[in-house]
Amino acid sequence: MAMLEVKDLHVHYGMIEALKGVSLQVEEGQIVSLIGANGAGKTTLLQSISGIVKKSSGDVHFIGKDIYKESPQKIVADGLTQVPEGRRIFAGMSVYENLILGAYLRKDKKEIQEDLQKVYQQFPILEQRKNQDASTLSGGEQQMLAMGRALMARPKLLLLDEPSMGLAPILVKEIFSIIQEINKTGTTILLVEQNAKMALSIADYAYVLETGNVVLSGTGKDLIESEDIQKAYLGG
Amino acid sequence: MSQFLQQIVNGLSLGSIYALIALGYTMVYGIIKLINFAHGDVYMIGAYTAFIVTTYFGFSFFPALITCMVVCGLLGVLIERIAYRPLRHSPRITALITAIGVSYVIEYTTAYFMGSEKRTYPQLLSNASFQLGPIKISTQQIYIFLITIVLMLLLQFIIQKTKMGRAMRAVSTDENAAKLMGINVDNTISFTFLIGSALAGAAGILVGIYYNSINPLMGMVPGLKAFVAAVFGGIGSIPGAMIGGLFIGMAETMVIAYGSSLYRDAIVYAILIIVLIVKPTGLLGKNEREKV
Repeated sequence: MAMLEVKDLHVHYGMIEALKGVSLQVEEGQIVSLIGANGAGKTTLLQSISGIVKKSSGDVHFIGKDIYKESPQKIVADGLTQVPEGRRIFAGMSVYENLILGAYLRKDKKEIQEDLQKVYQQFPILEQRKNQDASTLSGGEQQMLAMGRALMARPKLLLLDEPSMGLAPILVKEIFSIIQEINKTGTTILLVEQNAKMALSIADYAYVLETGNVVLSGTGKDLIESEDIQKAYLGG
Repeated sequence: MSQFLQQIVNGLSLGSIYALIALGYTMVYGIIKLINFAHGDVYMIGAYTAFIVTTYFGFSFFPALITCMVVCGLLGVLIERIAYRPLRHSPRITALITAIGVSYVIEYTTAYFMGSEKRTYPQLLSNASFQLGPIKISTQQIYIFLITIVLMLLLQFIIQKTKMGRAMRAVSTDENAAKLMGINVDNTISFTFLIGSALAGAAGILVGIYYNSINPLMGMVPGLKAFVAAVFGGIGSIPGAMIGGLFIGMAETMVIAYGSSLYRDAIVYAILIIVLIVKPTGLLGKNEREKV
């Protein structure tokens, strides 16, 4: 059984159906990418998995457990953490406080400190700025903070929503290589991206979402080579 | 000069009480963007709780203070649970009107059970006073001032250094992001009401002692003035509420001393109007701007 299994998920915003029966699977240890244009329902999908957006019908299982009706905090406790779109770091709080909030549900104080050191090693800039107001960081640094903060929860599955949004190309590369590093240390990743080329190049498996439906799926390599994808998403 | 110093002492005592009430307004506004107009009445309940436990049960000052804070804290949690939580995602005006309704319910329920007449407070603290050079300071004023400072320091500690305080700040900055951290938003909001209302409870007993008389509608005017204090300091800002409370108390005292006590309420509302025209975000208020 896959780590994350979403079956026939429907989500409505009032009269509008944002997800029209989405099914996908994330196998443990993989990087799975979800690409699609603006308004395809990518963010809605992640938010409904995390329990922030109300689901209308369907089925969501995480490590064999039914999480369809679970509260967001329960889902985090299960080991599923999200780095939301637009980073959503806590302005007015220091970098350190943001990171500590990531470990909100954990009680193992000593290991939290160890993980904090690991995050500082992975993102040295965050250690340099640990006492600075998080809102004073640059966009790339904020993305690193949002990722570091999510790692502080020790997730088994990390959902990343548009981590490259608004970043300079050189930073985009850096962020993607960090995502691969995180994956290598044993965290499974579900990545949502508009930057289809990058997202497909690092993906073990990928899904294409269009107006609330999965229209195509396959290995990252297959999709990059697919003509439809080239036309629609890769500017080829 | 000596009269001026004397008025500063008086202003600090009155201002401390306003500051304690203003903190509750600003904390609740910070977290759910609601002006809790029932807050002044929670403070009134604090004064009555102290009246009851001291008059009928013979409590001394400190046990009465603790009882007030606990009773008011729980009352605040209850109000949020019953009246505001079901309206969390309704338009703001709905919750605001509800708050005014809750205020009336508390006022007239108290009047029903306790009578609407004024009650005289038992003397809980000695009203001995010291002569400090030209200034006269009463024991009561010292208590009011010290208790306010201790409570404010405690509040700052809770908000800045504890896990719950961090959660409060996180929820007030970004509710959904806080949920993604695993923070239980409902509990955090309840906790905010608990703390804010407990501070109002402390203000209640202090006012009872200071003015020696209480009635079921006593929460209305100080409630409004504390609200003005919170707006002056920048609604949502905790240091702002402290400064605002002291400023409003000082302004009122000075008007009584050098103008006419007829204008003591007018000056506070005049300050509100000026703040809203000149700097609507208040002294320490944040300009809400989002970085994309």
